[in-house]
Amino acid sequence: MSARILTTEAPAPGITAEPVPAKPLLQVRALHKSFGGVNVLRGVDLTVNPGEVSFVIGPSGGGKSTLIRCINFLETPNAGEITFDGRLLCREEGNVFKMEPERVLRAARSEMPMVFQHFNLFSHRTVLENVIEGPVMVKRWPRDEAIAHAEKLLAEVGLADKADRYPDELSGGQKQRVAIARALAMRPKLILFDEPTSALDPELVSGILDTIRALAEQGMTLIIVSHEMGFARRLADVVHFIADGTIVESGPPARIFDNPDNPRLATFIRSILH
Amino acid sequence: MYEFFFVLIPRYFPFLLEGAVVTLELSFLSMAFGLVLGMAVALGRLSGRKWLEWPLAAYVEIWRDVPLIVQLLVIYFTLPSIGLTLPAFWAGVLGLGLNLAAYLSEVFRAAILSIDPGQRAAGLSIGMSRLMIFYRITLPLALRIAIPTVGGYFIALLKDSSLVSFISVNELLRNGTIVISNTFRNMEVYMMVAIIYFVMSFVASLLVRHIEQRLTPRHLRRKQRGSKALAARPAVMP
Repeated sequence: MSARILTTEAPAPGITAEPVPAKPLLQVRALHKSFGGVNVLRGVDLTVNPGEVSFVIGPSGGGKSTLIRCINFLETPNAGEITFDGRLLCREEGNVFKMEPERVLRAARSEMPMVFQHFNLFSHRTVLENVIEGPVMVKRWPRDEAIAHAEKLLAEVGLADKADRYPDELSGGQKQRVAIARALAMRPKLILFDEPTSALDPELVSGILDTIRALAEQGMTLIIVSHEMGFARRLADVVHFIADGTIVESGPPARIFDNPDNPRLATFIRSILH
Repeated sequence: MYEFFFVLIPRYFPFLLEGAVVTLELSFLSMAFGLVLGMAVALGRLSGRKWLEWPLAAYVEIWRDVPLIVQLLVIYFTLPSIGLTLPAFWAGVLGLGLNLAAYLSEVFRAAILSIDPGQRAAGLSIGMSRLMIFYRITLPLALRIAIPTVGGYFIALLKDSSLVSFISVNELLRNGTIVISNTFRNMEVYMMVAIIYFVMSFVASLLVRHIEQRLTPRHLRRKQRGSKALAARPAVMP
């Protein structure tokens, strides 16, 4: 997929490629989450720099999905600190866990939309209506402007001719590409992917992976929970291995996959390579 | 026969129609009241606030377990003794509406609970507010699920509204009873009353089906039309 998917503002011409020590886009510290007494996250620390592609891997039930659902507050964390784009969204004060008001969290969410395992397209709205819902309702853009942008995004994910279809009429792969277009329509700073290919038929997976790769190549910041290890190895800047509610090991894919020094990680890598 | 067509009908039919208009007014007003209150009760019971949930559950249970006629009699004859006197018509609307709301709240609650939580999560994840998610996502999806059932309740209401003749509302049945007490022609008059109820209910059911179709997305409509064409085929093999 060579299409240019990112249509956010291009860098101003005066700015050179000189790498500035970037401030992290997302910083998570000592994040805790429990469900009915079960500690799913037990102090997770995570840093994501702008333009970085982070993969979160690990065994089922280890807390991968919970982690990214806590990052955008789809799940309410119990303790810890999340800073997104310079804004402290939740923190500890003394021993009290405090979150910013709903309004602030909503604004943050709109800049880090999520692409779900089961697509979660609005089933009563057409493809185009799904994509413009956020821009029109949340960002309050003029409708025709939102439509023009949405049509461009749909063309870029190869679904220009499906704009007036309903989600039920699409294949899983097409639905997921609509979901990606819906996320992009928010002009996000970060996109969260929660096992984006797990619910797809095997032959549809590569199309979605190509779309995600195109996003990465254009500099979009991504956090991807995935079981596609080959994909992670090729695309990731950083891989985080999470098990039993903590990040056991983080590092570049070469080290994580080829030289796992942590025994838990080594066992996991061996088990998935067969 | 002659008397029926040329004396009874011209003289009393307009009076019966007047009653039918009151029946329609009663039904539409109680329906509107029942829809709004029913949705509010459903949302209250799903709000996760215990202090709100149990009184609402009690309301639904009590109103569904006491006969409608008893509820109407209590509202019309007993409430005045605690200083709440309502004109018969409005007592009827209140009684029918409260009763309907108890049932509709369960329909709405079930409809809302049947919506995939992922729809809500998707709304949240693009920054929509809870209110926005309610009226842009939850409400349209829940209505689509609930409409056939709600339509059934509306048709039942059209007929159950005849119970308010007991509290002296001059609707269709009561007007019929008045005509009978003047003419002693109960067979013919009850037939006329029955036919008017039938026509109103039948038109209402057509209306409900139309609304149902309108709320169904295009691609699903096609399938339904296909299945209807199938059903409309003659039962006898050619």
